[in-house]
Amino acid sequence: MSEKVLMKGNEALAEAAIAAGCRHYLGYPITPQTEVAAYMAKRMPKIGGTFLQAESEIAAINMVIGVSSAGKRAMTSSSSPGIALKSEGLSYLAGCDLPALVVNVQRGGPGLGGIQPSQSDYFLATRAGGHGDFHMIVLAPATVQEMADFAIKGFELADKYRMVTMILADGVLGQMMEPVSLDFGEIKQFDKPWAAVGTNGGRRHNIVNSLCLEPTQLEQWNIDRYKRYEQVMANEQRAEEYMTDDADVICVAYGATARVTKNAIAMARAKGIKAGLIRPITLWPFPKKIVGAAAKKAKAFVSVEMSMGQMIEDVELSIRCSRPVLLCNRSGGMIPTPEEVLAKIEEASKMGGAD
Amino acid sequence: MANTVFQKPHALCDVPLHYCPGCTHGIIHRLVAEAIDALGIEGRTVGVASVGCSVFTYNYFECDMVQAAHGRAPAVATGLKRAEPNNIIFTYQGDGDLAAIGTAETVHSAARGENITIIFVNNAIYGMTGGQMAPTTLPGQVTQTTPYGRDPQYAGLPVKICEMLSQVDGATYLERVAVDSVAHINQAKRAIEKAFRNQVEGKGFSLVEVLSTCPTNWGKEPAAAMEWLRENMIPYYPLGVYKDKYADEKGGSK
Amino acid sequence: MTTRILIAGFGGQGILFAGKFLAYEGLLEGRELSWLPSYGPEMRGGTANCSVILSDEPVGSPIVTNPDVLIALNLPSLDKFEGDVAQGGEVFVDSSLIERKVARADVKAHYIPATKLASDEGLSGLANMIMLGFVIKHTGVIPYENVERAMAKVVSERHKDLLDANLRAVALGYGYEG
Repeated sequence: MSEKVLMKGNEALAEAAIAAGCRHYLGYPITPQTEVAAYMAKRMPKIGGTFLQAESEIAAINMVIGVSSAGKRAMTSSSSPGIALKSEGLSYLAGCDLPALVVNVQRGGPGLGGIQPSQSDYFLATRAGGHGDFHMIVLAPATVQEMADFAIKGFELADKYRMVTMILADGVLGQMMEPVSLDFGEIKQFDKPWAAVGTNGGRRHNIVNSLCLEPTQLEQWNIDRYKRYEQVMANEQRAEEYMTDDADVICVAYGATARVTKNAIAMARAKGIKAGLIRPITLWPFPKKIVGAAAKKAKAFVSVEMSMGQMIEDVELSIRCSRPVLLCNRSGGMIPTPEEVLAKIEEASKMGGAD
Repeated sequence: MANTVFQKPHALCDVPLHYCPGCTHGIIHRLVAEAIDALGIEGRTVGVASVGCSVFTYNYFECDMVQAAHGRAPAVATGLKRAEPNNIIFTYQGDGDLAAIGTAETVHSAARGENITIIFVNNAIYGMTGGQMAPTTLPGQVTQTTPYGRDPQYAGLPVKICEMLSQVDGATYLERVAVDSVAHINQAKRAIEKAFRNQVEGKGFSLVEVLSTCPTNWGKEPAAAMEWLRENMIPYYPLGVYKDKYADEKGGSK
Repeated sequence: MTTRILIAGFGGQGILFAGKFLAYEGLLEGRELSWLPSYGPEMRGGTANCSVILSDEPVGSPIVTNPDVLIALNLPSLDKFEGDVAQGGEVFVDSSLIERKVARADVKAHYIPATKLASDEGLSGLANMIMLGFVIKHTGVIPYENVERAMAKVVSERHKDLLDANLRAVALGYGYEG
């Protein structure tokens, strides 16, 4: 294991993306993710890479489309309002089956909202990244190490399934520093025979395209794409389970909120309440199997999130509403305190849930 | 054995085009393909199709093609070029795509001096959606969304892309041509080839604006449409070179 | 053992740097740690604070809501955070900028005229590091003998000329007898 260094989450993510072989970063400044762009601006010229500050979020994601069409690992990052602008490009990436890494360091909304941490783009990331039938793989880091590791993992998954991987972080993870190891071992690369890199006179032309005016054919494209999504759902669900073995109350929380929840669980355990945490690492696919299995033992669930209540729907769906699910939430850039989470755990522990 | 005196350029696919009778896209496609052939760059050329009547150009050129979202072709081209700087990247865009929804991408790819080639087809109307006002629709011109004629007091005035981009320092070569006559088509051919050659030589951003007809949505016979272009569009959009950074060099503009 | 530290003052007082210094020392010791800045639209002159947690266990929430150690470099910061300090915690006050005393009786208060000392000793701009020396003396949050090592790590190559001044500032605070 290599020596650890102290880095901000945004910077660790950027350095890991470079380690993954990404040489094209296209972005636009927005708080609180600007460090990613600044880091890339500093590093890319030194390694023969491209950092480009685009004229808009929309242009940036379309430049990503261009780079990815040429078969190269491409990345952009932004924060909530900027990600909304990228929706068009996200849909085209899906429609063209192009891989890309898109980072959303979330801030409070809607509208211009605020610049403090938030998790209110859960629906955007997992439900409606853009128009049409499609999904993105959504990874939720909770440490600076995971900010780095998931950049690597994100590129690998994106190439493997020809999908967009979105890293859904928040201002806390982007701005905080923790010790991080930048030793990532072997990084998988994938052949891209579909890339538009010039025929070189040796083959029929490749076409990167999402247009199909023949409904039966477009439907078939969608069906084929969803078969790939089924593989992702079967193979890639990930979650961390923390003190769930004997837990009566299971909290579900991701990212920075999961860290707050761990503090609350320690406090609950000190009071004799058997509480545990399932921390989804993939938000799409949501770790339904793990959450569903937990419902067999737990009496009640608490969805802890920095939104008005978005992920709670996936918790309820995963357990088919077989147990009460309470919401512990703050929004607008407010972060729940361990005390607030503890109060919900205590409330949940008094609920029935017996079969 | 008979001599072949005329044939399709290699870079143009041997498929029927979907365009309306009298539409000049076919001519412009041919000119682009001829330029690719002349420069011998088909194997390393990647085209970007835009949204509009020309959306299917990805089926018409033998080179690799990428289909871009409405207005975003210059951004996609930027990505393609930055990923593979030795490849030759061109976009083929209409007036709605380039001069309305994609204005920012157009201006800023020029400002960056991206070493790409843009073929801008200006026919003063939205064709694919059925004849609505374009940013280049002339004052008084009747369209589906200006049924009483474009009223400048109400709907504003047309955008002149070559004139506008000539003020952008990053742009290298801007020329407006037309395809209404043999003489003009020959000039268009020279301009398009030059726009590609500039890229091969690493000279930067080149855009050729091609004044074109839309007989169907203009509601005119093809010949009458050509006449209308000559009488109405050319006076408003004068032909010529609007910028040529390398004009003093041999092979610079006329 | 977990120490939750909150450093608060005006932007430009070196709040984030002071926190970084503690974090680097934690890194060199191989401890678990987190460093989290407040961030806002103001680049200079607004309020700034920084949460640092040094621990022997993995750090849960990196947000310090109830600090064991509060370092207050201006009055608004003391007003805002005094009530949050954990019972039995320690509050460090720059008495050259904050005239009032700590009101709570269940925390331990320490006073040092750090800003005045800095200007008297030709160390202007380094009140933050004088405060840290003073904190190290009274809390042992990091071993004093490791200060030089951590400082070498945290002072960037570009600012190497400031290394000695920073070390002198920490020593000054460490030696201060209030």
